Amino acid sequence: MGVKEILESLDWGPAPESDKFAREWLDKHGPAFGMYIDGNWVTPESGESFETHNPATGELLGTISQAGESEVNAAVNAARAALPSWSSYPGHVRARYLYAIARQVQKHHRLLAVIETLDNGKPVRETRDADVPLVARHFYHHAGWAQLFDETFPGYGPVGVCGQVIPWNFPLLMLAWKIAPALAAGNTVVLKPAEFTSISALAFAAICDSIGLPPGVVNIVTGDGKTGALITEHDDIDKVAFTGSTEVGRIIRKATAGSGKGMTLELGGKSPFIVFEDADIDSAIEGLVNAIWFNQGQVCCAGSRLLVQESISKRFHEKLRARMAKLRVGNPMDKSMDMGAIVDESQRKTIADLCQVGCDEGGEMWQPSLELPEQGCFFPPTLFTNVAPASTVVQEEIFGPVLVSLTFRTHKEAIALANNTRYGLAGSVWSQDIDTALEVARSIRAGAIWVNCTNQFDANAGFGGYRESGYGREGGREGMYAYIRPLSKLTETSTASKNTNTTPSASSSESIDRTAKMYIGGKQKRPDGGYTMDISGPSGDVGQVGRGNRKDIRDAVEAACGATKWANTNAHTRSQILYYIAENLEARSAEFASRLTAMTGSSESESAKEVEDAVSEWFRWAAWCDKYDGAVHETTMHGLVLAVNEAVGVVGVTCPDERPLHSFTRLVAPLLAMGNAVIAVPSESHPLSATDLYQVFETSDLPGGVLNIVTGIHSEFVSDLAAHDAVDSMWVGTGDIAEVQIASVSNMKRVWKAEIGVSDDEMLRQATHVKNIWLPHGV
Amino acid sequence: MASEERNLGIPLDIELLNSIQINRSALERRASSLPKRRAVKKDWQVAWMLHAIRCIDLTTLAGDDTPERVKRLAQKAVRPVRTDLLSALELDIDTIHCASVCVYHNMVETVANSVDGTPVGTCAVSTGFPAGHIPHQQKLEQIQASVAAGADEIDIVVSRASVLAGDWQALYDEVKDFRTACGPAHLKTILATGELASLKQVAQASHVCMMAGADFIKTSTGKETTNATLPVGIVMARAIRDYYERTGQKVGFKPAGGISKAKVAVAWLAMMKEELGEEWMRPNLFRIGASSLLGDIERQLEFHLSGHYSAANRHPMA
Repeated sequence: MGVKEILESLDWGPAPESDKFAREWLDKHGPAFGMYIDGNWVTPESGESFETHNPATGELLGTISQAGESEVNAAVNAARAALPSWSSYPGHVRARYLYAIARQVQKHHRLLAVIETLDNGKPVRETRDADVPLVARHFYHHAGWAQLFDETFPGYGPVGVCGQVIPWNFPLLMLAWKIAPALAAGNTVVLKPAEFTSISALAFAAICDSIGLPPGVVNIVTGDGKTGALITEHDDIDKVAFTGSTEVGRIIRKATAGSGKGMTLELGGKSPFIVFEDADIDSAIEGLVNAIWFNQGQVCCAGSRLLVQESISKRFHEKLRARMAKLRVGNPMDKSMDMGAIVDESQRKTIADLCQVGCDEGGEMWQPSLELPEQGCFFPPTLFTNVAPASTVVQEEIFGPVLVSLTFRTHKEAIALANNTRYGLAGSVWSQDIDTALEVARSIRAGAIWVNCTNQFDANAGFGGYRESGYGREGGREGMYAYIRPLSKLTETSTASKNTNTTPSASSSESIDRTAKMYIGGKQKRPDGGYTMDISGPSGDVGQVGRGNRKDIRDAVEAACGATKWANTNAHTRSQILYYIAENLEARSAEFASRLTAMTGSSESESAKEVEDAVSEWFRWAAWCDKYDGAVHETTMHGLVLAVNEAVGVVGVTCPDERPLHSFTRLVAPLLAMGNAVIAVPSESHPLSATDLYQVFETSDLPGGVLNIVTGIHSEFVSDLAAHDAVDSMWVGTGDIAEVQIASVSNMKRVWKAEIGVSDDEMLRQATHVKNIWLPHGV
Repeated sequence: MASEERNLGIPLDIELLNSIQINRSALERRASSLPKRRAVKKDWQVAWMLHAIRCIDLTTLAGDDTPERVKRLAQKAVRPVRTDLLSALELDIDTIHCASVCVYHNMVETVANSVDGTPVGTCAVSTGFPAGHIPHQQKLEQIQASVAAGADEIDIVVSRASVLAGDWQALYDEVKDFRTACGPAHLKTILATGELASLKQVAQASHVCMMAGADFIKTSTGKETTNATLPVGIVMARAIRDYYERTGQKVGFKPAGGISKAKVAVAWLAMMKEELGEEWMRPNLFRIGASSLLGDIERQLEFHLSGHYSAANRHPMA
């Protein structure tokens, strides 16, 4: 076509990016790629390798080493060996290395962008304008955390050797999200890139090599899921960080249960994209382009569930179809493409199969008539209408360029539909009405909410999910906590509850038989099973409690689920109630002290002290209610990013025997303070001080269902509590954490080995999620 | 050059104006990503740059304009690109010319005489340009005088006070009067977006002008401190699309002021193609108000043909 013809047609024409330098790099480092272990490039003993292709053309790019046990061992050993010196460097020294990495990424940004596009198939426009700049920003930002580590995180140190497994959708960016915070905090890492997209991680290793990063600090091993399992299950890995499918996350979670490894998981999503009638509709449509057709929809936080207000639905869908027809799908090396290739034929097939299911179930599938390249792995932008929450395509994460669309009438319905999912990664709200936008943003159960925008990321705003989208945050201060641990616990020497030789106080106040029941939904309930068990102290029986079973757990969880409005009760009111509990407890301190003595055999003074401590503990958490503020993050966006600390939701707690009243309070009160609804399982041996508290709660205006207490033999029902899908988190204060971790695999709930002695700050973090609400503004 | 069917306007629709919602940050994101999403290269870039010339209202609005200088400008508009460059591209000489020459009223006759017999139009800024602070009746007389002097396009300025106060009826009546005064000449309404309070006002004023019968809506006079910006352009283009979808009538768009680089002009064309479609890239529906843009395009064209960078003195001045 000549200029004359183009003057008539005014076509776009091709705008190819050169692959010259990337080819040179591939030739120099390939075609058989090694791995980077302990500062050396190595090939596996087995000689095993697999091919990696350009999905846009099918072209073979090279062969990638398949790491086996010996390579993974070597990498973990190297990381372990490097840990002492790396973690003991002053923050400034680590900062200089991270800064050097950031500079190198920036200097080679075009090379990295082109390599990424060749290997992954995503448009070079995206790797150039999104992926790689975000990578550089991540390392710059975390150079800052390394520099400020001692001031910002006093009393904390690195977790140790981190095993990190990342996905193929943002290969280099996910690497940055994993490695930057780990290194900033003084950890060393063994990272495995995804099988489809290993090359940019190897290019990154070359950068680490070139800046003289000490050997062993960063190790890159390549391979498939078997290699991933070798890393995550390795005995000498202190922390596992995984981003990928919920399915694999679940496998990792199961395999590592009870290993004591730290864990952060960033998993799937089915994020809502909500458009109200008072939105800037054209901008919302453009937002959708970025939400679901960015990176071919292969984005964990993709806005894949469109919810449109009925009043504008018809016009919105007309505009949407018109916009879809203008998308350009094709050679990702063309700078003017909106969508490139799907990462692999297997993924394309998964997408196509799910679309077929959508059609079979009666959904109406619409695709614009776009020209797709004849060869290569492409899938057109796709819209499903006439679907309902019950449709497979509405429930399942498709991980492709497929949007499903539903309508709603009221904001309440929008919120209900938005939260009708197992996931909770992100959400997008479009409305020009600030009241609507903020109300809905606060009500969506997800880690990132974008108001009048979508897919905004920044190194200083933590990213991560609620529910089955995983836990832990990546980015910002909140993300750093995933890579640090308290150096020494504030060991408040727990006076042993072991039966001491002190005699119980003679004046037991028990003259009338008292029957401790379950405390469920604000009412005392008889145990479902109808059995009662004796509780004895050093001098014989001290009382009886109900012997709980799974049905008591069921009822307690149901009551807790009905009480989640506690989270929306204002902090001042929550604090008033907690103070009131303290006040009412103190009024009965003598009774509680004698109960403790009778139950545990502690001395009168010890018991008195324990009650005093418990009162003080209620005071402490009453005080915290309105003081655990969120943050306003500084990001690259013009606007506010509000990091809001939200209640985790419904939390189960098992309480230890030591100082039963105090430890019960120490675990339950912070959860209540932060707005959680709690199912507490008191000490098995000494439950009576907890059950005695019913009357205190009842006289303190604690709303029914906010705190539920189930007594009995832990082994008979704790696993039911852990397995309950409506329970969002478990605090394991006693008992086997592995059992809880295994039992709770189905909904991937957060499990924390709750320790009485940790800092308040740690307690508060465990009792909350960070939700980042992005609020760009301008008139 | 004139579109076959002109916008006839519609009754003022206040309800529609009140329903307009504009989100600035989203528009800014769209504006920053759009040129990056839609690069044109090599022959396409050449063709698009040549096409941009065809959309230029070649403008001079200087206090020291003289008839001779304006004549030179008119000649440049008729033959904007060196013949040898066009030949190298296998294009006829008369393929490429600017859309019009845009001047103050006192130069209208000079332009009209200079471009007589060519496809280049004569465009007059009017109605107390640039601030518009003269009586309404005088504005109408100015339009009529320019049309009588040979102008076939009239660029008017709206009363900013009406927009800022949200007095849409006043704006509607004003523009409707201008349209009547124009007679056969085409009416371009300048919103002076740099002096408006918000993008929402830009959208509302765009709609009112179209309802009142504007043939084009135009961003700026070139005299405000902020002239044509892409976010503003997208707002106006979307208003045009919306108006077309509602009424079936096509209104043109003219960004003006600050567009002095070939690359920027191409980005505006890309925006038109993306938001409105290829039809709205043609000079009957798209103009660029510019003075120095042409010089930059000429240099870029020579670079594409010769492979080395060009200098201004190698191209005939206006």
